[in-house]
Amino acid sequence: MSTPQPPMPQAGPAWQAAPGSSYPTYTSPIPVVRTHLGHALASEWTKIRSVRSTMWTLGVFVLLVVGIGLLTGALVGSSGSELQGENPLAMGFFGLLLGTMCLITLGVLTTASEYGTGMIRTTMTACPSRGRVLAAKAIVFFAVAFVVTLTASVFVALVQIPLLEGTGAKDPSGEEWLKGTVGVSLYLALLGLLSLVVGSIIRHSAGAITIMIGTVLAPLVIALFMFSESLEDVRQALFEYSIPNQLSVFYSNSLTQTGPSGWDPLWIILGATAAAFAAAYALLEKRDV
Amino acid sequence: MIEAVGLTKRYGDKTAVYNLSFQVRPGAVTGFLGPNGSGKSTTMRMILGLDNPTAGQVTIGGYPYRKLPNAPRQVGALLDAKAVHGGRHARNHLLSLAQLSGIPARRVDEVLGVVGLQDVAKKRSKGFSLGMGQRLGIAAALLGDPQVLLFDEPVNGLDPEGILWVRNLMKSLAAEGRTVFVSSHLMSEMALTADHLIVIGRGQLLSDMSVKDFISANSADFARVRTPDTEPQLREKLSSALTGAGGHVLPEQDGALRVTGLPLPRISDIAHDTDVRLWELSPHQASLEEAYMRMTQGAVDYRSTIDQKAGLMEPLPPGAQPPMPVPGQGQPGWYAPPPPQQGGQPFAMPQGQPGLPPAGPYGAPAGPGAAPAGQPNPYAQPAPQGAAPARPTAAPAQPSAPAAAPTKSEDAR
Repeated sequence: MSTPQPPMPQAGPAWQAAPGSSYPTYTSPIPVVRTHLGHALASEWTKIRSVRSTMWTLGVFVLLVVGIGLLTGALVGSSGSELQGENPLAMGFFGLLLGTMCLITLGVLTTASEYGTGMIRTTMTACPSRGRVLAAKAIVFFAVAFVVTLTASVFVALVQIPLLEGTGAKDPSGEEWLKGTVGVSLYLALLGLLSLVVGSIIRHSAGAITIMIGTVLAPLVIALFMFSESLEDVRQALFEYSIPNQLSVFYSNSLTQTGPSGWDPLWIILGATAAAFAAAYALLEKRDV
Repeated sequence: MIEAVGLTKRYGDKTAVYNLSFQVRPGAVTGFLGPNGSGKSTTMRMILGLDNPTAGQVTIGGYPYRKLPNAPRQVGALLDAKAVHGGRHARNHLLSLAQLSGIPARRVDEVLGVVGLQDVAKKRSKGFSLGMGQRLGIAAALLGDPQVLLFDEPVNGLDPEGILWVRNLMKSLAAEGRTVFVSSHLMSEMALTADHLIVIGRGQLLSDMSVKDFISANSADFARVRTPDTEPQLREKLSSALTGAGGHVLPEQDGALRVTGLPLPRISDIAHDTDVRLWELSPHQASLEEAYMRMTQGAVDYRSTIDQKAGLMEPLPPGAQPPMPVPGQGQPGWYAPPPPQQGGQPFAMPQGQPGLPPAGPYGAPAGPGAAPAGQPNPYAQPAPQGAAPARPTAAPAQPSAPAAAPTKSEDAR
């Protein structure tokens, strides 16, 4: 080891001779900075950009959204099928639906992988304000997920509209543009954030990913098997409030009698995420790391 | 300065740490010892505010860790070398910690240099060996240039050079006036590094004293005296003379004598006066390992047994000797050196106890009733099988053994 070792003055424990007297102290020459959320944000940004799982999940996400979106657009556009008065942005739906899996995975990994590796103990030693760490993770992940989803969905929309020109699809209005890009991006980023928070509660990557994928798919699957007439209402509600259906609401203008419409899905996921975040925060403060 | 008061931690019905109180003072390396599962790591996690104590509290500089202002600049810790995300570069790992603690990024390169990882700074830590992982963990602990440092098993997996480096690092950190608290199972390493020892067993405090006191209190030092093998009568002569002068003599297997209670020059004088030539007169200080084994033997949770291989062994051919068992294996208490006090406290006396004269140069615990007699001396016992015939030199020594034992017993009374 090349470390120069200073000559060792045998530090005879001074405290033994004079207990109660002032102890020797060491003061670091590095200036002490009072840390705040900004430091935690910088740290979490370093963490999220420096692991391959981020690149993999986001890469696959972009591939799915853009690839499937353009494929759908090209197929529908060339087959000349009638999309009379339909919203052309809706063709991006399928790619985004599959892409949710990637965002869920990344969200869960952002928190749960620290528990899997034990890194969380290092992190919580460096920052005893546990809530700050969770908030920083949430903000950084949400920003990354939102920007990536928005970029991908805007790109798909811009390419799709000329592809679908011959099918009679209408020109999307300003609100349809807003809902079909910013709206879905907010929704997916919040879904990813919910996964992150669930990851913090479950502390186990595989378990949390399973729970979140179950949350996305289970209502549809369960609704599928509800043949009984008496369960019709439950079946209807399960179907309408399932996450894929909520996502499709961003592309439809029809105000249905039942189920979410307009911007409702956003408020629903916002409420769910906020509640889960509060629970995760409380648990994080209380539990042993 | 770390101060624990009545620290207790229960997991369900299992008590990991019970009523632990100690102080870790600055300017010294404090060793933290205990068998596997004795609660060392749990205690360290409680010091760092990762686990909440069930009862009691532990403070650093007067604050519980989670209320400590600028905690990462005051305390650095190596808890688990593998507590890093394997997919991240060493440098990015440290950078994220530095950013979280408000430490300038150039400090990252400094500590990477200090631990010698500058060449692999851009390598993913998944591919690191155990020793490299330890170095990375030490780098993280040093990052904030903190006043209090905790290391859990820092030398695990390090190469000899790394072990030497860590030893010097600990000492130099303490010499700068920092508090260094380090747990380890390597007794030889602890004996060289630590100034002070805190020993726990089954989650409770067994000892809190300096290394020197710990060894003297838990394992008697002695002088080894060897008279010419050719003249066994000299041995008897010296033995009785030494006993008469107030020493305690135990015969050893190979014919040497183990003398406690007399300083070396005095033994030499007595030998001269009785006209006995000496082949050896050597001080023997008990090792930290012996002292530790003796103290913790009752508190070991996980102990190995002899591998019986029942029914799997082929029967020995007639006339063949079964292999000699390795001493210590499956023989609880084998390590125990002679106890310092007969019937006294099971563990060490608190240092500076009034009314007791200081221990002699050979740690012979002063005062009456201190004879190790009456207790089996594992070193003096013949080996289980076939040892005596194997050592012809030991044969003439046999008569002296019964001669010495009764005198000692009388002395003890």
